[in-house]
Amino acid sequence: MFAFIIRRIAQAIFVMLVISLIGFAIKNKIGDPVRDMVGERVTPQERAKIRQKLGLNDPFITQYIRFVDHAVHGDLGLSFFYKKPALDVIVEKAPATMEMVIGAGLLIILISLPLGIYTSLKPRTFFSRFVMGFSTLGVSVPVFLTAIMLIYIFGVQLHWLPSYGRGKTVDVFGNGWWMSGFFTADGLKHLILPCISLASIELPLFIRLIRSEMMEVLETDYIKYAWAKGLSPMRIWLVHAFKNTLLPVITVFGVQIGIMFAFTILTETVFQWQGMGYMFLEAVERSDTSLLIAYLVVVGSVFVIVNTVVDIIYGFINPTIRIAGR
Amino acid sequence: MSHLLEVKDLEVKFALRSGDLTAINGVSFTLDKGEKLGLVGESGAGKSVTGFAIINLLSKPGFISGGKILFNGEDISSMNDSKMRNIRGDRISMIFQDPMMTLNPVFTIGTQMIETLKAHRQISKAHAKEIALEKLKKVYIPSPEKRLSQYSHEFSGGMRQRIIIAISLLTDPAIIIADEPTTALDVTIQAEIMDLLRELCDSEQMGLILITHDLAVVSEVTEKIAVMYAGRIIESGATNDIVNDPRHPYTAGLIRALPGGVLKPGEKLHQIPGMMPTLTDIPLGCAFNPRCLIKNGICESELPELLDNGHKRMIACHMRN
Ligand SMILES: Nc1ncnc2c1ncn2[C@@H]1O[C@H](COP(=O)(O)OP(=O)(O)O)[C@@H](O)[C@H]1O
Ligand SMILES: [Mg+2]
Repeated sequence: MFAFIIRRIAQAIFVMLVISLIGFAIKNKIGDPVRDMVGERVTPQERAKIRQKLGLNDPFITQYIRFVDHAVHGDLGLSFFYKKPALDVIVEKAPATMEMVIGAGLLIILISLPLGIYTSLKPRTFFSRFVMGFSTLGVSVPVFLTAIMLIYIFGVQLHWLPSYGRGKTVDVFGNGWWMSGFFTADGLKHLILPCISLASIELPLFIRLIRSEMMEVLETDYIKYAWAKGLSPMRIWLVHAFKNTLLPVITVFGVQIGIMFAFTILTETVFQWQGMGYMFLEAVERSDTSLLIAYLVVVGSVFVIVNTVVDIIYGFINPTIRIAGR
Repeated sequence: MSHLLEVKDLEVKFALRSGDLTAINGVSFTLDKGEKLGLVGESGAGKSVTGFAIINLLSKPGFISGGKILFNGEDISSMNDSKMRNIRGDRISMIFQDPMMTLNPVFTIGTQMIETLKAHRQISKAHAKEIALEKLKKVYIPSPEKRLSQYSHEFSGGMRQRIIIAISLLTDPAIIIADEPTTALDVTIQAEIMDLLRELCDSEQMGLILITHDLAVVSEVTEKIAVMYAGRIIESGATNDIVNDPRHPYTAGLIRALPGGVLKPGEKLHQIPGMMPTLTDIPLGCAFNPRCLIKNGICESELPELLDNGHKRMIACHMRN
């Protein structure tokens, strides 16, 4: 198990290095750190001097190593627009995005598990057919359409739910960093539509995945044997079959959570949600290269960390890996 | 006198889109306390289907379409599922063919033993564990305490089948149905597992239904045999009688095909020519007639009845009755 964890972490570090290399290459090509620092009203001579001082004339590899070194120490450059370290800007925006992703992730788990299991056990009922039909349809509807439809129905027509912003937030740690919408009724109300929109992208996938994995497991000899032992249907379905179903699903979930971060760019824009995704689009408009690169590196890290953690959890649940890597 | 188990005119069908397919037709046999019965026949004869029908666990779309299965005089063939669970895995245990696939890979052996007891008895976990250890000792698993916390992939095939036998012993069943319990194992281990099964059935006075395609195996373990062909029993009787004097040409063919005695180099085993028909094209008359060496005109038109020949032997053959 220990060797397995080490191996996974080494892989994660490698992936991070690749991401940082891509990020750095982009920055090196189109970024302008001098502008980030002193703006555009500087004479060409002064610029050249600053470039020399910043080491921008050094070989690519030297600069890359310096970039990684700085990144490891939490320095991802300065944001041209905010006049602050890019990482600070992202850290400020991160909680809003995290809350939307967590909310959507929870929605996916709470909805796809029961529906996936039910439709695998009773595939012929009207309800199962309805769910499967709906999830086929769901895959093909683009997320901004879902979001706009939700806003129109629940926000504009029915006035049930707010459709932009985060609403009332509270300071979780008392230092102003994590302003959370999880702890107020208003904040939760504001989370509903964005989370549903974001979840709607992955939900059909998960219902189908859980259903097909479960159906496959139900056909195995060990499930038939569990019946032959006289176990109750609930124990066979929810303990024996469920645990075997969950193993492959966990891995996919890890990957998809990471992908959801990318989709927040769309949902945050539609819902004017002041998170990293919203910030990213603004940064594109303002050509705030350092901030863009910092976003890439941070989201990349989150993706890699989530995947690594999920893989390690998988290793703990799956005895085959646990023993083999001992 | 009533039997422990009495299967009467069992008929099993598979509901296919093209119509119902009869897989088991008029199968009858009995089993008494401590008795060992061998169900023999080539692959596809309907042995497994018969075994699963007894515990009412046919895979979809199979169903029992006729006949009775009397267990202690009570018909269990149409019992509802929650009542059936008091018998399945408790009074009648089943051992599957492939021990590599039978145990759940993500639960320990201990969990899978204890849950079985808990499903059938009001029992504490500690007590269940005690019983599990006792049964593991009965099947000669070394250091059983350690084994309880291990997973199935940590065991060899032979060890797994021992563990599965131990699981089937947990509830002290009246009957064990073993479906090709050694087919998936190494030859050297096959004999060990068979000896173990025979020994346990004798010491615990359990009835055994041993399903196998291997006549040599049944002849060493069981006291009576029913030979199946294309969903029917075509010959049955005491093991010794049948092995020494097979009456039905199919049984005789199976025995000739055994690698008994000394084979000279280059000499071939006597295989029965041809193959067992699939359920969709069973020939008219005796299902065995296309492969039969002694057939007559009647064999191609009329189904032979399974008749008592007066010497405690049942045979379904026009030429032998
Ligand atoms: N799930 C199923 N669907 C359709 N036919 C089946 C199914 N299971 C078994 N059969 C049919 O029943 C016949 C007997 O199968 P089985 O009892 O498994 O044979 P064996 O004697 O080798 O154990 C086979 O010919 C097979 O075609
Ligand atoms: Mg079989």
